[in-house]
Amino acid sequence: MAAVQVQLPLPVLPEGWSAEKDFKAIGTLSPATQRNIEPVGPHFLAHARRKRHRRTFSEDDRIQAQENVKKVEDDDAGEISEPEDQMMLQRDAKDWKVFYKIFAKLSPRPNLILRLFFPTVLLLTNHSQGQDHYAVLGLSRHRYRATESQIKTAHRKKVLRHHPDKRAATGSSEDDSFFKCIQKATEVLLDPIKRRQFDSVDENADVEPPSKKEAQKKGWFKCWGPVFESEGRFSKDQPVPRLGGNESTKEDVERFYNFWYNFDSWRSFEYQDEDVPDDNENRDQKRHIEKKNNNARKKKKTEDTARLRSLVDECLAGDERIKKFKQQERAGKNKRRGEKEEAEKKLKEDKIKAQAEAERLKKEAEEAAKAEKAEGKKAKEAAKNAAKKNKRVLKSSVKDVNYLLPEGEAAAGPKRVDEVLNDVDLVMTKIDNEELASLAGKLGGAKGVDAVASVWAEETKRLVGAGKLKDGEVRTLI
Amino acid sequence: MSADESIEAAPAETFAIGISFGNSNSSIAYTSGEGKAEVIANEEGDRQIPSFLSYIEGEEYHGAQAKSQLVRNSKNTVAYFRDYIGKDFDSIDPTPCHASAHAQKHESTIAFSVQDTNSDSPSTLSVSEIATRHIRRLASSASDFLGKKVNAAVLTIPTNFSDEQKEALSESAKNAGIEILQFISEPVAAVLAYDARAEAIISDKIVVVADLGGIRSDVAVVASRGGMYSILSTAHDYETAGTQLDQVLIDHFAKEFIKKHKTDPRQNERSLAKLKLEAEATKKALSLGSSASLSVESLADGVDFSSTINRTRYELLGGKVFSGFIRLIEEAVRKADLDVLDINEVILSGGTSHTPLIARRLTSLFPQTTNILSPSTLASALNPSELPSRGAAIQASLISAYDPSDIAQNTHPALTATPHLSRAIGVLVISDSESRGVFKPLLEAETAVPARRAGLFAVPGGGGDVLVKVCEGQREIKVSKPEPKSKSKPQVNGKAGSEDDGDEDDDEDEEEEEEEEIRETIWKVGTVLAEAAIRATKKGAKVEVTVNVGADLGVTITAREVGGKGGVRGQLLEKGGGGRENGSA
Repeated sequence: MAAVQVQLPLPVLPEGWSAEKDFKAIGTLSPATQRNIEPVGPHFLAHARRKRHRRTFSEDDRIQAQENVKKVEDDDAGEISEPEDQMMLQRDAKDWKVFYKIFAKLSPRPNLILRLFFPTVLLLTNHSQGQDHYAVLGLSRHRYRATESQIKTAHRKKVLRHHPDKRAATGSSEDDSFFKCIQKATEVLLDPIKRRQFDSVDENADVEPPSKKEAQKKGWFKCWGPVFESEGRFSKDQPVPRLGGNESTKEDVERFYNFWYNFDSWRSFEYQDEDVPDDNENRDQKRHIEKKNNNARKKKKTEDTARLRSLVDECLAGDERIKKFKQQERAGKNKRRGEKEEAEKKLKEDKIKAQAEAERLKKEAEEAAKAEKAEGKKAKEAAKNAAKKNKRVLKSSVKDVNYLLPEGEAAAGPKRVDEVLNDVDLVMTKIDNEELASLAGKLGGAKGVDAVASVWAEETKRLVGAGKLKDGEVRTLI
Repeated sequence: MSADESIEAAPAETFAIGISFGNSNSSIAYTSGEGKAEVIANEEGDRQIPSFLSYIEGEEYHGAQAKSQLVRNSKNTVAYFRDYIGKDFDSIDPTPCHASAHAQKHESTIAFSVQDTNSDSPSTLSVSEIATRHIRRLASSASDFLGKKVNAAVLTIPTNFSDEQKEALSESAKNAGIEILQFISEPVAAVLAYDARAEAIISDKIVVVADLGGIRSDVAVVASRGGMYSILSTAHDYETAGTQLDQVLIDHFAKEFIKKHKTDPRQNERSLAKLKLEAEATKKALSLGSSASLSVESLADGVDFSSTINRTRYELLGGKVFSGFIRLIEEAVRKADLDVLDINEVILSGGTSHTPLIARRLTSLFPQTTNILSPSTLASALNPSELPSRGAAIQASLISAYDPSDIAQNTHPALTATPHLSRAIGVLVISDSESRGVFKPLLEAETAVPARRAGLFAVPGGGGDVLVKVCEGQREIKVSKPEPKSKSKPQVNGKAGSEDDGDEDDDEDEEEEEEEEIRETIWKVGTVLAEAAIRATKKGAKVEVTVNVGADLGVTITAREVGGKGGVRGQLLEKGGGGRENGSA
């Protein structure tokens, strides 16, 4: 074949790209599909020549190769074969709508009467509408899920078995009533419009909503899931969200109920029309019938919508998940509120605590200050007292030794007393409390005139030495 | 020496034709000296020979003559028997034979009870005997036309013919003095008929062959890769075919007749047979003209009937059947895991394909790029009824020189069962608009190996070093809603002139209603297989990349600059997936 011309340019080699001999093998091919090529045409012959010269093959190869080839031809032996009910085989194509008409006159819900009183009839007929086309073709397990090719194969199989010629060959009567049923069923099911109409009223595909007891016994999800799956077949929007399970998220559950409350259904009720306008009737009659039919359809449609709504209501009411989500929400709210309160409370407490602490500190500080003050006063007083006492000791020391007059002398005259006491006072003003105390101590220990006089002399000398007294200022004490 | 002698003198020389043996019609074709397939007309000038046999007083009638016997001699007319060959009574649908001799159970096969001799008692003819007689008549017509004894043929069969059926058919042909060189399937024969034309270009394409016949319709999706064909899927329908369209016309005219004369011509077998034949003729006329008439003498109760119908009415009445055809084709495409966008060509084959409406419906189903090969859409299209026989004739001319054992080996499953690529292989190139690479496929998916494809790629502006990145690609369908008209537009218009506003809104509403999804195929880049560098390319040079996938799924990649010296060549590592197929070699 000629090379393909591509106008778009190849990419520029990225920087730093390198490989041995400029070639890099990276991936491998995806696995190939085995198929048969048709041994036809000049190109195949060329291919065959090439291939044959290279290899030889055995019978084993042949089988192997054939087995691997992907099948394109359908297997005719599908699983579409259900046991056929004897009663069904005896049905007549004509009465495919008969039952309904009879019972429709008796009751607004013909199906109910049939179910109550004629269960066998229901078995072979499709509820209200006579023939169950899917059952006739042996597709009752598939129903609305059956594909067109499945219907075709099923029809073909039934025809092969029930063709009137076949019956004639086996010697039974040439009764083709069931064959007509088959043809009728195929006619309806292969026409997309008619099939939709039939599917709309195919109650055998319905799944009855479970009662509360049933739901409890078998599990709520197991019971309701199929109900919505079967209702979902009427939806214009596909795929239909599923009921899910206990672990479904809140979004999923909400999406599910939203979908079902806004359900867009293609269901229609033409199939249950009581009268079908005939070509032969006059126009007015036809219009009348059409009007009647339209009204009936509209009524049924409204009823159906209401039914579905109540169904969803019922399901919603029993849905534990909704309760769970509500609870969770409430719990979440409570928790949040609790947390908030807690925080506020804590904040308040902290504040009070801090205040108390501050007060306590202040009080302590005050007390300490007070105590200190008291202490200081006391000490001062004590010191004052001690100084007073010491001064007294000092004064009395000179008085006791007769104002430092040598022993044996007469009591000192007032002049001497004044001079000595003046000097003592002068010394006392020149020394501080501690020196006073030590001096008092020394004087307390000194007995006799000499001792006292020497203490004083010593003291006076020290003071003069320290420069606090002038030499000769206190003569009496030296 | 006489001509007879020369024929007998060279029995070893095979002279093969192509036969298309259908339920309703058969046709025969040969290949002329220039290699052109020609369909042979029989003695009556029919290129479509009805597969009917009828017997009156020991005389055998064939083709159109036999078909006309359906009215007066239906009991001794055999029709629609091709599908019964090699089957047992339990597995057939005898409905099509209702208007002719009925199919009966006979030992392990099917037979027809027909008065084919002068004797009074009817004899039982097995279906293989009938087939033998039919093929004999076809072969003799061909021999008469070509002036040379035909002793071999390539026969077309539906894709779902079983081995037993092939064997029985082969046996029947042998009894008629025809050796079947090879059975080829009808859809592939149709593709071959188109591909063998001198002007045809062999390319990689996916072809849908819709073979719409008289009592069955078959659709096959065929991958044509370099002239080799693989069937990807098939779909069959026995309920939607030409007779259903006849029935539509029959019902229409019968109703008209009832209105006038109060009798239903369908109640009477002979009236029905007459009406059926005429309705078929009317249907064919409607494929060519915009209206057609139907006239039957003494339709019922000795009343003549004549009426006309126009094409629109007919298309309306048959709408359901036409939709059935379309759905069948869609189903086949779906079964092949493909999308209508993947289909490059639709070949309409079989008698019913003449109907213009089918082609029209298909043009709207498939994208514009798809070629619909039918007489009403393409002037150069071949006659849909003749496609299988043409294909068979071409195949016959190709293999008539081979030994029978050679042919047997060629059709051996070990030779035909071949690995097909599951992903396309191609090269990444730069596009102007996007910064990311664009995948350009060289080898499409479903290509049988060994296969080799080459591509010439441009280099960026000034040349220099370029990178050849070979990878697998996967086709994806991108569905996008067309951009809703940007809101700014009306505002701009509003500024321009307020009186236009009303109109503008109306237009928009209409557009929104018509809004359709835009579907297009895009390539998704898969595994990178290899990278190669071409250094120092010249300005404006071309790089040739060749990808060669061997029979063992080994991949060799060659890249070189056209006119330059050297190049890069490399091989991919083998892997387990490939090893399985050639493990037995």
